[in-house]
Amino acid sequence: MIVLALLATWQGAVAAGGVKPTVLPSPQRIVEQGWLARGIIWANTVPTLQETFLGFAVSLTLAWVLAVAIDFSPWLRRALMPLLVASQTIPIIAIAPLMIIWFGFGLMPKIMVIALVTFFPVTVGLIDGFNLTDRDAGNLLRSMGANRWKQFVYVRLPSALPSFFTALRIGIAYAVTGAIFAEYIGAREGLGIYMATMKNSFRTDLVLAAVAVTAFLSVGLFLLTYAAERLIIPWHSKERRNRHV
Amino acid sequence: MSETTAAAPRVEVRAITKSFELGHGQSRPVINKVDFSAQQGEFLAIIGPSGCGKSTLFNIMAGLEKPRDGEILVDGRPVTGEREHFAYMPQKDLLFPWRTILQNTALGLEVRGGSKKTARASAASLFPAFGLSGFENSHPFELSGGMRQRAALLRTVVQARDVLLLDEPFGALDSLTRTDMQAWLQDVWSHNSWTAVLITHDIREAIYLADRVVVLSPRPASVRLNLPIDLPRPRQLSMMASARFAHYELQLLETLHRPGNPVPDGIG
Repeated sequence: MIVLALLATWQGAVAAGGVKPTVLPSPQRIVEQGWLARGIIWANTVPTLQETFLGFAVSLTLAWVLAVAIDFSPWLRRALMPLLVASQTIPIIAIAPLMIIWFGFGLMPKIMVIALVTFFPVTVGLIDGFNLTDRDAGNLLRSMGANRWKQFVYVRLPSALPSFFTALRIGIAYAVTGAIFAEYIGAREGLGIYMATMKNSFRTDLVLAAVAVTAFLSVGLFLLTYAAERLIIPWHSKERRNRHV
Repeated sequence: MSETTAAAPRVEVRAITKSFELGHGQSRPVINKVDFSAQQGEFLAIIGPSGCGKSTLFNIMAGLEKPRDGEILVDGRPVTGEREHFAYMPQKDLLFPWRTILQNTALGLEVRGGSKKTARASAASLFPAFGLSGFENSHPFELSGGMRQRAALLRTVVQARDVLLLDEPFGALDSLTRTDMQAWLQDVWSHNSWTAVLITHDIREAIYLADRVVVLSPRPASVRLNLPIDLPRPRQLSMMASARFAHYELQLLETLHRPGNPVPDGIG
């Protein structure tokens, strides 16, 4: 409803004000022109999606390895946490062009940018999730005779999964943006470089059409994480619903 | 081997002393030379003011913490720091939402490393006695508070350890449910030969359930009184109104509130 009202206002304002489409095209024009260019937009969407999935897969692997290692070793926690935080202070806008110089226009720099922007929230979410485990639950398991590994498998890991899925949602939202950004800096194909090219030829309408596609992608992936959550930890949503009764 | 005689109590706590290190070479004494013992099949209750170190005492018995001094013996054999003799039921039920009730109750056996199937079969065999039949595949959040505590107790006894440690098992329940649970516990206990040590704040609960009540002082905890409760079994709720019950209650109350050790500073 809100979206429709905003679009209607936008459409009305553009029509009444006589704004040039190169400055601000009407929503109607964006849809029309976007639809005409659907072939080329789709051809550029596929590589962006591939990069997002690959980059996010790398990021998730890295996050799990780091978080589990940190959970098992206080020494690693002290050694790695400052590095993790420092990794987030790297200005990606400055580093991304350098990555193109180092690794070329291929997949590598995209995957690195996506991993760099997404692994931090996921790692921190996981580490916090492990630490959310009830202390007494650890004691209970110890009294049953569980070693550190069994405590992890039986309690810490399942305790962390709800936080993991929250972190996953934050990460996936950044992942698409990260892919677009990396392409924008330099790529052969993808929505990012498509936007850059269209902007340079004053096709504001097509830039915005590509933006709309990006938004749909992000929302789609976001909803996908809910589906995965339902599938992997069905007890979590049941418990939440039960608490509200 | 001379210690392992028929007369050795099932469990003996001998001169246990513990203090917490505060750093800078300072330490705060928590437990001061606590002694008590329980015979096979005996139900022992421990009462003491909040923060007196009762839970620390349980952690030491369960082998989770090391005492500074003293020993824990089971059947006359020192077992300090060993974990396989005591089954521990904490204050919170700690039933995990990702496991069904059956899976939760079988947890102790599974952790010990038997097959899942045997573990779950032995837990399942206790469900009728614990009034949990039909809830094997429910999740903890679908059960009432009383049922959750019964499930937690089932998880504790199914481990078939030498001694049960019950840390305020009914503390979080409303008083009606609590009375029901006390009656139920004394009933299942009378049909089994468990040796149990119960921590409680509730004097009436202690008298109603226990064969003997140990009263601890404020921190650092020491034993003030070790009082045998001579009431016939099975205990009836009506006994709570008897003159002898009232006499025990008064005696415990006075011992508990007698000034002596300094009152602990809050945290516990």
